[in-house]
Amino acid sequence: MVLTRKRVLPTAMLDSLSPLIAALRADGYSVIGPTLRDGAIVLAELTSASDLPHGWGVELDAGSYRVRRRDDDAAFGHSSGAQSWKTYLHPAKVPFWTAQKTSDGFTVDVPPPDGIRYAFVGVRPCDLRAIAIQGRVLGSSYAARLESAFIVAVDCTEPGEACFCVTAGGGPACGPGADIQLTETVGPRYLASAQTTIGQAVLDTLPQQPATPAEREQGATAVAQAAERMQRHLPSIDLRDLLSGSRNAARWDEVAQRCLACGNCTMVCPTCFCTSVRDTTDLGGDIAQRWQTWDSCFDLDFSYLHGGPVRTSTSSRYRQWLSHKLGTWHDQFGESGCVGCGRCIVWCPAGIDLTEEVSALAQERQTDHE
Amino acid sequence: MMPSLFRVVHRRVETHDTVTLALAPASEPLTPPAPGQFHMLYAFGIGEIPVSVSATEDAGIQLHTIRAVGAVSRALCQAMPGTMLGVRGPFGKGWRVPAQGGKNLLIVAGGIGLAPLRPVIREAIRRREQYGNVAVAIGARSPGEQLYTAEYREWRDAGLKVLTTVDQAPGGWGGHVGLVTQLLPGLVTSPAATVAMLCGPEAMMRVTARALADQGMAAPSIQVSLERNMQCGIGECGHCQLGPLLVCRSGPVTGYEVAEPLFAVKEL
Repeated sequence: MVLTRKRVLPTAMLDSLSPLIAALRADGYSVIGPTLRDGAIVLAELTSASDLPHGWGVELDAGSYRVRRRDDDAAFGHSSGAQSWKTYLHPAKVPFWTAQKTSDGFTVDVPPPDGIRYAFVGVRPCDLRAIAIQGRVLGSSYAARLESAFIVAVDCTEPGEACFCVTAGGGPACGPGADIQLTETVGPRYLASAQTTIGQAVLDTLPQQPATPAEREQGATAVAQAAERMQRHLPSIDLRDLLSGSRNAARWDEVAQRCLACGNCTMVCPTCFCTSVRDTTDLGGDIAQRWQTWDSCFDLDFSYLHGGPVRTSTSSRYRQWLSHKLGTWHDQFGESGCVGCGRCIVWCPAGIDLTEEVSALAQERQTDHE
Repeated sequence: MMPSLFRVVHRRVETHDTVTLALAPASEPLTPPAPGQFHMLYAFGIGEIPVSVSATEDAGIQLHTIRAVGAVSRALCQAMPGTMLGVRGPFGKGWRVPAQGGKNLLIVAGGIGLAPLRPVIREAIRRREQYGNVAVAIGARSPGEQLYTAEYREWRDAGLKVLTTVDQAPGGWGGHVGLVTQLLPGLVTSPAATVAMLCGPEAMMRVTARALADQGMAAPSIQVSLERNMQCGIGECGHCQLGPLLVCRSGPVTGYEVAEPLFAVKEL
């Protein structure tokens, strides 16, 4: 249950996140958070706060990702890695059912739910929004996984070089959706507030001091400064209008010269939800299974109709992705599909920058109108 | 995503590559489909495809006309009576058939596009007195590829105007040869009192809808049935994106005012 629609101000100061992680594990949650592995920030199971990437930051650019040593011990002094929480809430491969041949037909059985309850520690404001956005697209199985999850969100105090959450309509401060909300401060120590009753129940069990007004001020300042350090921006125009009016723009052909249609942007995007239904059969032909697997609108087969794919050119596929993300998502789901996390920019092997493409489209449109 | 189990109770060969299957529920029947809606049909071990409903009968029996163009449609076309199939649905928005008011109906079909329009034709015959003129213009590639020809006499006897054309014909064909749009002149006598329903290849619908609009029909009175890759049927897989539409959920039937700007863009 949500305590209030308004953000609850930090009430507590935590010296360590280990008691929180221990409490969640004791409650039966599989606790997932950022870790350092193979030179990248990777989501993985946490057993204690020491698994968090203390003292590691990242250096990002279009098509470039490097971890770097920080001069402090911050656990969340990095922006998001390639993965997002859809890895767990909207997994890449889900079994729907198994059908077994019988003498006069077949039977269909649904596998039992895996029963895993996740606690996510370190969900960034952009990803918190993305979780909610996917929830408004996907159906009951997503809702069930989200409902059973416990979310510990962390305000952003250090945006990455590819981030643009502010102009994507979010911000470095957490919006709604978390059970417990943290702001990382010097030490690191954590300002904490419960946003739900179950969040409150967990927070009440943790060793803590009351947050002082000075500490709250320090946290609020760090978050406000993060907003000012945002390096990338979406143009402040009606993007839905821009995209629907740009279907025949020359820029699509230009970007198609660079786009490899690899689909990386769709895999790392925390809101991209597209899947394929795949039917498989065992070698004997008696057992058939249906799977849902991630798919990408950049894949040639994605738009296949009898006779061939609808979107054969790379320009049409890039147009589909960008126009859906920023434009027609509004028509279908009443909001933008972009949260400004910047992952598509970082993980594009060609370094295509969404914000740059949108600006170019806006420029082209302005030129056409003059 | 769980299919309901149905059994083929009748199989009728329509053309060299097209078959109509009558399916009866093997357990609980599904919600009766509205004209223009579709089901996802599953052939065991092969896969699932969207297929429009071409008629419904008593006891939850539904008819599907399927053209063999891929692995799943071939398997479905070969399904003999007794074969069990999986069915999900009905999905999507169907034809907005005017309920009353004496409207004229104009039904224009290209190829297998006649299948999802057949429920409308049957409905128009059942409630014949509630409509003015009802015309059906049917285009097929060749005389041998025309669908439901055995029913045309019944349709005509019920007072429907049924016109046919083929793209190409061997000797002996006494009918019209040419595009379905060539059948249109004279069919729209009163644009404001006419509702048109179009289903066929996208190019055929684009040209036909434009011709009807040129004859003075308002775009919302011209309905088209759109087609895109559909895998889930419930707007979650993303394959049927067409501009602002998720065709499985906002379509397949939409008004021409929605479809016109989408028809105008290549590879959308």
